[in-house]
Amino acid sequence: MKFFGRLSQSRRISHVFLPLITFVVFLSIWYTYAKLHYDNPVQRRNALPYPHEIVTDGFLPLNDKVNGLQPILGYMWPTVKVTLLGLVIAVALGVLVAILMNFSKGIEKSLFPYAVILQTVPILAITPLLTELFGEELGVRLVVTVLVALFPVITNTLFGLQSTDRALHDLFTLNHANRWTRLTKLELPSAMPSLMTGIRIASGSAVIGSVVADFFFAKGEKGIGYYIRTRQQQSIQRPEMFAGTIMASLFGILMFIVIGWITSRAIRNWHDSNLAHRPSSFKVVRTLKRKS
Amino acid sequence: MTALNLRNISMTFPDGTQAIDDVDLTIERGEFVTIVGPSGCGKSTLLRIVSGLQLPTSGSCEIDRQSLGYVFQDPVLLPWRNVQKNVELNAELQNVPTDQRREAAQKAVKLVNLSGQELKYPHQLSGGMKMRCSLARSLVSQPKVFLFDEPFGAVDEMTRERLNDELLNIFLQEKFAGLFITHSIQEAVFLSTRVIVMSSQPGRFVSEHKIGFPFPRASEIRYSPEFAQLCGQISHDLKLAHA
Ligand SMILES: Nc1ncnc2c1ncn2[C@@H]1O[C@H](COP(=O)(O)OP(=O)(O)OP(=O)(O)O)[C@@H](O)[C@H]1O
Ligand SMILES: [Mg+2]
Repeated sequence: MKFFGRLSQSRRISHVFLPLITFVVFLSIWYTYAKLHYDNPVQRRNALPYPHEIVTDGFLPLNDKVNGLQPILGYMWPTVKVTLLGLVIAVALGVLVAILMNFSKGIEKSLFPYAVILQTVPILAITPLLTELFGEELGVRLVVTVLVALFPVITNTLFGLQSTDRALHDLFTLNHANRWTRLTKLELPSAMPSLMTGIRIASGSAVIGSVVADFFFAKGEKGIGYYIRTRQQQSIQRPEMFAGTIMASLFGILMFIVIGWITSRAIRNWHDSNLAHRPSSFKVVRTLKRKS
Repeated sequence: MTALNLRNISMTFPDGTQAIDDVDLTIERGEFVTIVGPSGCGKSTLLRIVSGLQLPTSGSCEIDRQSLGYVFQDPVLLPWRNVQKNVELNAELQNVPTDQRREAAQKAVKLVNLSGQELKYPHQLSGGMKMRCSLARSLVSQPKVFLFDEPFGAVDEMTRERLNDELLNIFLQEKFAGLFITHSIQEAVFLSTRVIVMSSQPGRFVSEHKIGFPFPRASEIRYSPEFAQLCGQISHDLKLAHA
């Protein structure tokens, strides 16, 4: 057990046992709930199935072409494509808009209210309009994904750009730096941590966006949302439906982890959030030992 | 040749703080002027006005800002750049060719005694090391007018004296016009051709002392009776300024 051997006693507890305890508590609550509601035929249609049934009925039929791991992975692929492509577009567009807003207060004032509307408008309510404009295939799925992922990128990037240290700005002013140099050598690097936070939040939204799009747009390459929706309609297919849901959220978690990893690579040398000597508790270390 | 000419400079901040009241100052090339004064009397504000970062409420300021060096009171380093890259920054922003600025940066790093630390990031440096890094950055672009805001406040006495010697060497080579701020009277007398004492609230120049020691100055003049006498006079004026 090399892995455990390398961790100190306290780290072993906090890294392995604490999450394990949470998991056990979570499972017990789940089983109690399922016993009360899923076993009750009246409530079964809307209830959560037993966790083991999600594994056995939802994932494990390995050779089943209709339900199980194989079709789930098959339906995941289009979802992954739409999510990643949508996220890339949202990041490019969002950063561009934030840079423009940062260039001029006028642009910020005229665009920001619409960015807020973008965030607050219920996408589901305007699906007919979206269908009208963008059809029902890949295009509209991308549009929905970009719409939900754009706002966190814009706001976080803009906040980062505008939070650049004033003294550093003074330094650039003294060296007669032009607007472009200031952006590329000062503001963008300084905004990096906020920008990455924005992308991280946006990645979660993008997954939800692309899954939800499957619920409303029937044509084109169908993703995991379609799998979930069709199983949702059958009360006997609860485990299958949840297997699909779990796979979609696993993908979301994976995105979150990967982007977090990229973030810490990108700012590993300098940002306070990423330095090794970050305190684990905000208390002064006691150096005096009490005599007993 | 006049490098810097301030006439009737006054500065009142929007919140009503009167930081500077009617200051006149002329500095020729080859002069090294030091301002001493109580904390909060407006020294940094004056340097910001000279550099053009801050517009005075009234008065005029003539200076060639194309060739200006400014060592801030704080290090002001880019946290995502290592020492080498930080030292190169000014030259880089002024479009000095890569080879040339790399070489100049290496020289400056050596001068401030940071050799071997080139690859460290600011968060890995001590307060004094950060300040020396900031000083090196200004040295690279060889300015004609050089502003220093307490550059050696955070370094130990030995390093400070060595850096004072180095600074005088550079001053003799480059013949820039220097405007220096410090809380150390010894440092002021050792470096300067003139020392100005400033009073606070509002910030005014209360007295001026010519320092006649010829250049190059040996470290030992610090222990001469004339040196002690000058320090005594300035210290006396400072006490009055505090009152
Ligand atoms: N942006 C500002 N707005 C309002 N008041 C300011 C501002 N900047 C400085 N002041 C005030 O101006 C006065 C002079 O400040 P300054 O920083 O020039 O002092 P200083 O002589 O450099 O002091 P120290 O030796 O402590 O660095 C202080 O009373 C300060 O509170
Ligand atoms: Mg100051």
